[in-house]
Amino acid sequence: MSAIPKRRQQRANWTAVVWTAPALAFFAVFALVPLLVAIYLSFLRWDGISQASWVGLKNWATLFSDPVTSHAIVLSIEIMVLSWILETPFALLLGVFLAGPQRYRSLLGIFYFVPLLFSTVAIGITWVSLLDPNFGLIDILLKSIGASTLAQGWLGNPNLAFYVVTCVIAWQFIPFHTLLYLAGARQIPHELYEAARIDGAGVLRKFFSITLPQLRYTIVTSSVLILTGALTYFDLIWVMTQGGPGFATRILPVQMYISAFQNQQVGYGSMLAVLLAAAGIVLSLVLLRVTGFTKMASQLEGL
Amino acid sequence: MQEKISRRHFLQVTGSVSLATLVSGCGAFGVGGQGTSGGSTTITVWDIRTGNDQTIIKDQTAAFNSQHSGMRVVIEFFQNDPYKQKLQVAMGAKHPPDIFFGWGGGILKSYVDAGDVYDMTGALNTDSSWKNRYLPSVMTGVTFNGKIYGVPNSGAQPVVFLYNKDLFAKYHLTPPATWNDLLQTVGQLKQNGVLPIALGGGSKWPYLMYEEYLVDRVGGPSAFDAVVANQPNSWSNPAFIKANSMIQQLVSAGAFGTNFASVVYDTGQASALLYTGKAAMHLMGVWEFNAIQSNSPDFISSGKLGWFPFPTVEGGTGDPKNLAGNLCNFYSIASASKAPQTSLTYLKEAVLSDDEVSKFINNGEVPPVQGIESKLSGAPHGDWLLFIYHSILQAPHYQLSWDQALPAQPAQALLTNLDQLFLSQISPPQFSANMNQTLGS
Repeated sequence: MSAIPKRRQQRANWTAVVWTAPALAFFAVFALVPLLVAIYLSFLRWDGISQASWVGLKNWATLFSDPVTSHAIVLSIEIMVLSWILETPFALLLGVFLAGPQRYRSLLGIFYFVPLLFSTVAIGITWVSLLDPNFGLIDILLKSIGASTLAQGWLGNPNLAFYVVTCVIAWQFIPFHTLLYLAGARQIPHELYEAARIDGAGVLRKFFSITLPQLRYTIVTSSVLILTGALTYFDLIWVMTQGGPGFATRILPVQMYISAFQNQQVGYGSMLAVLLAAAGIVLSLVLLRVTGFTKMASQLEGL
Repeated sequence: MQEKISRRHFLQVTGSVSLATLVSGCGAFGVGGQGTSGGSTTITVWDIRTGNDQTIIKDQTAAFNSQHSGMRVVIEFFQNDPYKQKLQVAMGAKHPPDIFFGWGGGILKSYVDAGDVYDMTGALNTDSSWKNRYLPSVMTGVTFNGKIYGVPNSGAQPVVFLYNKDLFAKYHLTPPATWNDLLQTVGQLKQNGVLPIALGGGSKWPYLMYEEYLVDRVGGPSAFDAVVANQPNSWSNPAFIKANSMIQQLVSAGAFGTNFASVVYDTGQASALLYTGKAAMHLMGVWEFNAIQSNSPDFISSGKLGWFPFPTVEGGTGDPKNLAGNLCNFYSIASASKAPQTSLTYLKEAVLSDDEVSKFINNGEVPPVQGIESKLSGAPHGDWLLFIYHSILQAPHYQLSWDQALPAQPAQALLTNLDQLFLSQISPPQFSANMNQTLGS
């Protein structure tokens, strides 16, 4: 216990509370209250326009017996894993590359950041046009370089659509994670690299022994963002395929939207929404615990 | 050094903030909507039309506003698909516009069943000249249990086959009159390396047109009527199974090419296939004519565009003159409207008035009203317009698009199952089994 007098303690507490109150209010109104409302709605059977009726746990009981929802859960897990595999290596390498002091690197960085600036809907519509099998740029380019066997209907092929959409998502978010890694790489003290150079370490050795370990917390942050983001991402998939062809891209958020608004089953859709929110919270908590992020151990010991 | 905030403190603050916002939020559920203000009544209308149509509507409304000093009509325009969800949310929140745009059918019926739509039967019956203005075949879309819940506000939009006359002439083909003719035409076009039929499968709803026409030609309207009436296992009617097999036959004959599921209609990719000469035929609603007119008017003015009705099916029981498509669009009045009389006056005087009808006709549309033959023949592209008008007049049955005729959940399931059917992921019996599960919900 410190030696601060009790009155100053109390005033310090209240000052902190007053400063955080606006942000808390915002969070309560836009995150907490809707979540509670969604939990309440998940116990109803409601089509959005007529009277609602209480059905208790009936919606929750059908969660795993509905094959479309089970498939949606599997697809969501796949998109999480695939997004991480696609985005992390590229973003990490790009971020470390751009962190170098040379002038041309920051110029290149400007081009790499462009996808970050566009609205998701614009990206979706543009890529749909680019991927059109008859008039789209991708297939025309493939045909012009003689690879016309590769040119096909990308978004209409049930086996390919999911991977194409995941690639577009990766294209959209790699710049963001590149920024994170760029900032992380810039923070690595130069003394470590100099010591390694004196000891005769090559580029690869420096990367694996210094850069990667020092980027540990950045990797954790970026991974949490990628995984929870991919779990709940809706906009781009909806604009590009609306969950089709068939059920090929109907991930859990798309299934939630279709249930609640197109099938007019607001109760069922709310249940899926609560499931998504709970999964996201659990996922981030587990990740932070497992990776030791919460311990906040210092990485600059000895410097 | 700062003392750490105790958990109790933190929870106290969060709890009281949440409670405060919840309480204030509950009180904020005011009733919106228009009312009288300074002696004039204002009503809002929600619509989705674009381009020339939008200009025509705005002009008509402005003229109405200037003629009626005590009334003011405000129209808001939205985009097609987001509008459907927006209306649903507004209805659920009991905060709808006074007049809303729609397609009739099952979706409108769900609003009627929820008590959200104003019953116009009385108003229409008292003014027979108003009621008799419209063609009876399209009024079926807004009549439920003998009561009328909307009036037409746009051109009728049946679905017909459009084709490239030049391509047909080049390969010595004539518009197919029967299903076998169609298969032969498809085969010959394919042999010559031409995509026989353009299909915007990426948008899914273009699949409906083939389904609607084939089921009607094979088994008549009774097959789908049974589905709308929610009769159990009505989707197992042999007409559906046969029609679906014919669809898969057409797909495997290569009629749509291999990439049809990636072609999206809404971005204009499917239309472009026809007017750039890549595809020879396109089954689409008559609005496609206007789309081609905007994007490639030369295609029409050089006489390349032709049209023919959906072929008959040998051995089918459906009348070959039956039509399918969007009946037309309708305006309905919300029951929550504070100014139903003003809304009725607007609908009677400004919507599909003689003036507006003439403007729509000059814009290439056919409003479903009586006695406009002379206007149609005198208008630009009169031959196209008369073709549509006569088709509607002579059609014993005019089927509303199934994704509007069915309630929301079966409509969504229908689109997904059609998607899988066209991609040969499911068989016709599986299609019927899947759709049967949506009955009675």
